Amino acid sequence: MEDCLLLDAGSGGRASQRLISQCFFRHFANPLLERMDDAALLTDIHGPLAMSTDSYTVTPLIFPGGSIGSLAVHGTVNDVAMLGARPRYLSCAFILEEGLSLETLERITADMAAAAREAGVHIVTGDTKVVPRGACDKIFINTTGIGEVFANPVPSGHSARPGDAVLVSGAMGDHGLTVMGSREGLSFLTDVASDSAPLNHMIEDILQSAEEVHVLRDPTRGGLATTLNEIAEQSQVGILLEETAIPVHEAVRNGCSFLGLDPLYLANEGKCICIVPEDKAEAALEAMRRSPYGKEATRVGTVTEGKAQVSLQTRIGGRRLLGMLEGAQLPRIC
Amino acid sequence: MQLEQAFQDPQLCRSLLDRLNRALDGRSMRFMEVCGTHTVAIFQSGLRSLLPDTVAHLSGPGCPVCVTHDAEVAAFLDLAGRDNVIIATFGDLLRVPGPGGRSLKHAQAQGARVEIVYSPLDALTLAANNPGDIVVFLGIGFETTAPTVAATLLTARQRKLENFCVLSLHKLVPPALRTLLDDSQCAVEAFLLPGHVSTILGLEPYGFLAKDYHVPGVVGGFQPADILLALCMMAEQIRDNAPAVVNAYPRAVGDAGNPRARALLEQFFMPADALWRGIGSIPQSGLTLRPEYEDMNAMVRLDLTLPDVPPLPGCRCGDVLKGRMAPPDCPLFGKKCTPATPVGPCMVSTEGSCAAYFKYSER
Ligand code: SF4
Repeated sequence: MEDCLLLDAGSGGRASQRLISQCFFRHFANPLLERMDDAALLTDIHGPLAMSTDSYTVTPLIFPGGSIGSLAVHGTVNDVAMLGARPRYLSCAFILEEGLSLETLERITADMAAAAREAGVHIVTGDTKVVPRGACDKIFINTTGIGEVFANPVPSGHSARPGDAVLVSGAMGDHGLTVMGSREGLSFLTDVASDSAPLNHMIEDILQSAEEVHVLRDPTRGGLATTLNEIAEQSQVGILLEETAIPVHEAVRNGCSFLGLDPLYLANEGKCICIVPEDKAEAALEAMRRSPYGKEATRVGTVTEGKAQVSLQTRIGGRRLLGMLEGAQLPRIC
Repeated sequence: MQLEQAFQDPQLCRSLLDRLNRALDGRSMRFMEVCGTHTVAIFQSGLRSLLPDTVAHLSGPGCPVCVTHDAEVAAFLDLAGRDNVIIATFGDLLRVPGPGGRSLKHAQAQGARVEIVYSPLDALTLAANNPGDIVVFLGIGFETTAPTVAATLLTARQRKLENFCVLSLHKLVPPALRTLLDDSQCAVEAFLLPGHVSTILGLEPYGFLAKDYHVPGVVGGFQPADILLALCMMAEQIRDNAPAVVNAYPRAVGDAGNPRARALLEQFFMPADALWRGIGSIPQSGLTLRPEYEDMNAMVRLDLTLPDVPPLPGCRCGDVLKGRMAPPDCPLFGKKCTPATPVGPCMVSTEGSCAAYFKYSER
């Protein structure tokens, strides 16, 4: 094989075959994929089903704690899981830029395969396009996931009720700051790593232990603050957070204060928000803490009556609005 | 960092609040925080919800983006449209609306080359990597940021980078305060002076506040306890009828400021009249490059003029910056003017007072 990707690999001919078999099939190996039919035939999956799709573009492609490959699996697996579903199958489409190093592609593919194994899902169908240099940023990945819903009732952003406890499964902002730091080459951010992780096993445990879960969401883009605002709107409730209760790693807090960023608006890729009736809060927290990805789980606030907005009880005991993010957070050094 | 956290201690804040209440003893106080970072800190920490009702806080002309005049925005938007020009800027300017609501973001979408930098020195790297283009750094900011820009000019000289220049729209704080106080409608009783600017200036340039206008001025830090301490000192000075300019932020600000930074400033810049949004021209309140550095002065090198731009219809930024009006009292606030559809820069800047009110006030 060459050491960088040529346009030929997207031709549909032998070069494509080579790329697919030497890279994708080798890593994603499973009987359904290897049938190479136009679609994957899924016979052992039972409804109701949850389905989610997402496209992944990130610079740099490989960052501390993960890569675009692991992210593309974790992101979609988690989205499916948040509906109280057991993710089973993934599709995966690559848009690759001519000239991409094959070593990088290989590493990303291996990451995807490892992430899928850990989550217990199979990548059963896919697509590859190669576009001329400059037509995309090295590599874009789309994944679609499908899973069997087992939760009853199904958790939803519309189901938060006044009096519910608001829980998070760990510290906020690790992923967002890591990616921003590696993109901008901010060498002082040495102690941060992405939290990208598959949460489906933890979610299954939460749902079984707490029995009744009103809302499950992963605070990805826009972070905790934006996601909670969406929930407040959907459920038409207020949410009151306790600033001192929200876990943020020291290195993230320092990096953010230096860059003028707010960790509550930074993306997370391995955390979930869980809103449960007060009397289920302990059971849900215990379930989270049993998972390697939920060790720092904690209660951060309460759902309240009143206007659909998120308020923050600050460190010094004051109160203020925690609004939705408008546009992107830009780091500032001045 | 740990030290900073000590200044967020709830008990310390509580005792300072008690001290403030004692000093006020039921009377009211109208103070102005000059600096946008203070405005944001007051909201973000939740301090505003804890201050006694009798304390009115006005946000002054201390957000560098907010005081940038429409004509200045029009000028850099004009530059952004030119061939072979790369604009280098801090991120906060991207969404500032100019005439017709157009911003650098729009210019960028239409093909202008606008690069966000994190330090003016990054702009030199841009210049070195693009020898066929001219890189213009948008020099916006007060006495705090201007010395770094001067240092960058020095480095550009040393590296013999000929395709780098600065559009200097820098502003100076003390002349603006004098203009506010000269206004007969000015209702400010005390100034919370900007901690960052004061690290450069020291106390002396503010002496006129107490001397000529009998108004207290306290340099304050940005943690809740810093701000509360400064408020206590202001209230006590008002109570005792003993206005003075004092430093309540000694861990960062020396009374004499930073003479080296000032010398660097003086080497490259000299004071000039400047346009302030909503206020108009203030004599000797800006910084322009000295004639010997004309080749690095974007105004001269790229033959720029500040166009005559009519003020934005309905925008009351001027009244807000002068402390005559609280942002929510602007008829456009939260209606036509929101962070998503800003009419004035006070609504987009991270340090803007309208943005702070919109972002942090519970509704
Ligand atoms: S609310 Fe908007 S229009 Fe009104 S003063 Fe503020 S920025 Fe200007």
